[in-house]
Amino acid sequence: MSHEIKTATIKPIRNTYLTTEQRFGDKPASRYQEASFDIQSVENFHYRPVWQPQFEINDANRTAIKMKDWYALKDPRQFYYATYVTHRAKLQENAENSYAFFEKRKLGTMLSDEVRDRLINFVIPFRHLEQAANLNNMYGTAYGYGTVMAQAMCFEAMDRLGIAQYLSRIGLILDGNSGESLDQAKQQWMQAPGWQGVRALCEEMLVTEDWFELFVAQNIVVDSLVGSVLYTQFDEWLTDHQAHDVTMLLEFMQEWKKDRTRWIDSVIKTVVRESDHNKLLVADWSTQWHEKARAALQPVAEKLVGNTALDMASEELNKNLIKAGIN
Amino acid sequence: MSKVYIALQDNDVSRYIVEAIEEDNPSVTVNYMPAMIRIENDHELVVKRETVEEKIGRDWDVQELGLNLITLGGNVDEDDEQLKLTWN
Repeated sequence: MSHEIKTATIKPIRNTYLTTEQRFGDKPASRYQEASFDIQSVENFHYRPVWQPQFEINDANRTAIKMKDWYALKDPRQFYYATYVTHRAKLQENAENSYAFFEKRKLGTMLSDEVRDRLINFVIPFRHLEQAANLNNMYGTAYGYGTVMAQAMCFEAMDRLGIAQYLSRIGLILDGNSGESLDQAKQQWMQAPGWQGVRALCEEMLVTEDWFELFVAQNIVVDSLVGSVLYTQFDEWLTDHQAHDVTMLLEFMQEWKKDRTRWIDSVIKTVVRESDHNKLLVADWSTQWHEKARAALQPVAEKLVGNTALDMASEELNKNLIKAGIN
Repeated sequence: MSKVYIALQDNDVSRYIVEAIEEDNPSVTVNYMPAMIRIENDHELVVKRETVEEKIGRDWDVQELGLNLITLGGNVDEDDEQLKLTWN
């Protein structure tokens, strides 16, 4: 008896959703495209919000930035819910291993008083800044325009909550889970003169209305400065002071920084390239916030790393802004 | 002259690789077959890490190509940056 093997091709009736097809053409689409583009409602809103009657519920005019197509601000990491969660779960697993190892080997007891002091008084209070970053990105998620931007800001917000928690965990490791170091860090944040500038900066960001200005202030200016001081320069300082072990606890933040930089760079480049109007706005916002952030962070950066720490960070930020097309 | 070719499984990852190949080798012919995508070209065909990474949105190792690879034809020249198929 002989068998004849044949292949039958069953073509799907359609390649993708109609909205995706209209944008990308009639071909198989990626999940990112299907889950992100042209998702948000753009018309036929019934009522304007009573709390802001000058705008529709979804309104591109909540920022001074103008884009012909808000979906041009796509995320090069192509994160939608599933990919973001898988990616971060992997990072978190690594981080959990490091924290578990650090605790199991009691590496916290090996730290000098100088290192402990800097961690408690000048690193852990940054968790409050991370919470501001969480709120600021959530604000962008709520009032921003275009799903690709809003969802990426939501992921960024969740990252920042995670980082705030990891910073708190460092405190709990240092004080043997009593929470004393967190209390002390909170006291620093609320009362130490060096921190009041940063606290005021956070508060000012929290009441900034234009969501893209807030994006520039928080995600570009402040994070770039803090990132350089805390996660690059302080990291080196730790290595120079026989506290390499602590860098293990900051690894999550390093990876996060590397990952989100690609997104931030791509967003800012696209916005600036769109028009001179946008370019001027971003240049203006970044200069204003750069000045404020520098003044606010100076005392903390000085105590954390040294006098020149913030100059280095500023230089790095300026270089990035020029690379993005702002001069 | 014989053509160089590469056949990949038709899945979510290959789609980006195919896109990258089409961009780097404008003269390729892409045949969609059941569960397989076969790409042919005269003379040579190159898969570049940089282009695939841009399409796929993450770091990509040229060796990962093997995960979705069904077959290929041509002399292989592979390094960290690219995989090139040619006939001598």
